[in-house]
Amino acid sequence: MEPTVPAVRGPVLVAMSGGVDSAVAAALLAEEGHEVIGVTMKLWCYAEGPAPSRGCCTLEAIDDARAVARRMGFRHYVLDLEDTFRDHVLEDFVGEYLRGRTPNPCVQCNNWLKFGELVRRADALGCASVATGHYARRGSDAAGGATLLRAADPGKDQSYVLWGLAQPVLRRALFPLGGMTKEEVRAKARALGLSVAGKRESQDICFVEGRSYPQFLAERFPDRVRASRRGEIRDGAGRLLGAHEGIHAFTVGQRRGVPVATGERVYVTAIDPASGRVTVGREEALYARTARLSRVSYPSGEAPGGALRGRGKIRYLHEPSPATLEPEGPDAARVVFDEPQRAITPGQSLVLYDGDRVAAGGVIESAS
Amino acid sequence: MSRIYLDHNATTPVRPEVLDAMLPYFREHYGNASSAHAFGQEARGALEDARTQVAALLNASPGEIVFTSGGTEADNLAVLGAARALAPKGRHLVCSAIEHDAVRQAHEALARQGFEVSWVRPGPDGRVDPAAVGAALRADTILVSVMATNNETGVVQPAAEIGALCAARGVAFHVDAVQAAGKIPVDVAAWRASSAAIAGHKIYGPKGVGALFVRRGHRPEPLQVGGDHEKGRRAGTENVPGAVGLGRACELALAELPEVPPRLARLRDRMEAELLARVPRVVRHGEGALRAANTSLLSFLGVEGEHLVLSLDVQGIAASSGAACKAGSSHASHVLLAMGVPPEVAQTAVRLSLGRGTTDAEIDRVIAVLPREVEKLRAVSPTYAP
Repeated sequence: MEPTVPAVRGPVLVAMSGGVDSAVAAALLAEEGHEVIGVTMKLWCYAEGPAPSRGCCTLEAIDDARAVARRMGFRHYVLDLEDTFRDHVLEDFVGEYLRGRTPNPCVQCNNWLKFGELVRRADALGCASVATGHYARRGSDAAGGATLLRAADPGKDQSYVLWGLAQPVLRRALFPLGGMTKEEVRAKARALGLSVAGKRESQDICFVEGRSYPQFLAERFPDRVRASRRGEIRDGAGRLLGAHEGIHAFTVGQRRGVPVATGERVYVTAIDPASGRVTVGREEALYARTARLSRVSYPSGEAPGGALRGRGKIRYLHEPSPATLEPEGPDAARVVFDEPQRAITPGQSLVLYDGDRVAAGGVIESAS
Repeated sequence: MSRIYLDHNATTPVRPEVLDAMLPYFREHYGNASSAHAFGQEARGALEDARTQVAALLNASPGEIVFTSGGTEADNLAVLGAARALAPKGRHLVCSAIEHDAVRQAHEALARQGFEVSWVRPGPDGRVDPAAVGAALRADTILVSVMATNNETGVVQPAAEIGALCAARGVAFHVDAVQAAGKIPVDVAAWRASSAAIAGHKIYGPKGVGALFVRRGHRPEPLQVGGDHEKGRRAGTENVPGAVGLGRACELALAELPEVPPRLARLRDRMEAELLARVPRVVRHGEGALRAANTSLLSFLGVEGEHLVLSLDVQGIAASSGAACKAGSSHASHVLLAMGVPPEVAQTAVRLSLGRGTTDAEIDRVIAVLPREVEKLRAVSPTYAP
């Protein structure tokens, strides 16, 4: 590591979700002799509305994180961020669906809530560094800046959801699991006797767990969902195929749950929030080469002078594909893939990788 | 780093004298106080001695003391039990808006069961006006509940005046004296209380034991059945070591009442004066009212109380934000909101509660550390503008 990226000094503030990953991240730092302060962010309210039984933010999760801290002998606090989470993550989530888009609340939560709050708390508590259990690595570039790199375990890599970390945050961030596989993390948890070693992995978004998104939205925001734009379903040639009960229930690329019977497989290819029209078509119609991005962020902290070449990733489970990013102003960009990509979906994040390094990221506004 | 404990309103350490008094009742005198044999008689004797000690602190008769599992049970028994017993006379209750949850939620439970509750708000100084209580009384009022001193602000409530009003109207009067014991004279006779609750662990006694004073003739319906322990008022094998500890703690609290509170008041006042002088934009809650000597509730504007508590903890100082972190609720204290304190100010409140072990050196350290931590937090606060 280049000396210009500050070394760890003073206590490290570690965000602990209650899961095995962040528990091991905190435990590794404690084992290395760092003074660790663990915090669990209470993000999601359990008493009101439908509550997940075992999500990452339940009261049980707080107990789990506390037990790990006790076992490893460091302090642990609960930060109550329910209001912030509701205003900035849940609100964005429902709002995006009602605008006919497909949000990524984990990106929203990491980039505009978790790390910001973590760094703010770290300043107040005198911690130079913050850490999380994300599978990602931090490196440094020739100029001495911090870089965000893919994790060693490609199957677990989470750099995709961290694209919004700005340079000042990245310089202070530690990702102790970046070089480990999930199996190694579990083995470490067992070796340390952590109670969370065998804990089931959460696959869903923490607050949606176990339900479909439309179902979650209908339960949690019944009034908003009732006001969701209804409209027609048409094919690419403009032929009327049917009607639907609200655009929030659709995602570009979706096949199941489209209430038309055409005799062939049809996919949602576009959602127009203004007219409420949902356009469907054959799978070929999902392919596009160009994405327009908003909220573009460069982890290096500097917008490039010209076009960037790399591999673009358009959703969490997408295999990055060669593409060129052209900045269009300070926080917008156009990304052109060499080959058409399936279902470039507004609301999702596009991350451009240069090798293992996150070169840029942004929110997809449109595809063409 | 030595730690400084300034959260005595949450709980207190057990005094060595108290623990010494209790130990024989775990080891040698382990009899069941209801047994006829010598073992039982030893236990019974200790229990009755403890009852006498508790009664002395409360200015009551020993026969009017019921041992419970703590302050919450005592408050529950007083409120739920009295309401059930007195329901034939009426179904209206009057409760201050600043009560501890043990009393508050008992009233909320009764409201769900068809009782009607009038909540009396305090003035801006945190004191409940007896006239406001008087105005809330109705022909069908059966119970009034107002605490003796508030756990968050420390503000002393006019129990004797409210008690006189209740007595004149023949309405039962419950006083939660859990926070008052050891801090101000607890005088159920002067207060004309029908019932009054105390807890062991707030007065350097053990956790898990408390007592309810129940005036002779007042008969709250028992909440627990399964035996005629405590003269049928509270079933369950008596916690003899706990009662012995509570009794000894009451005895010591009574003996120290002339000495400890005045000393703590001097320490507390010095601490507040220094903090108010060193830190800009601080609100002292309960300003202008008589307060329990050990309690200080301060709002450092722009700094979430919860955050300051964590920063102080890292510095080895234990305080409390006094704000319960409850799902779905606002994070501000119901006590401060009832006083008319704006939510954004209420959220910044931090409670420092001193105890008999608090020293001048500890207060010096608080005076040195706290302003620095407030400054750090304000520097990163999105809401603070100097």
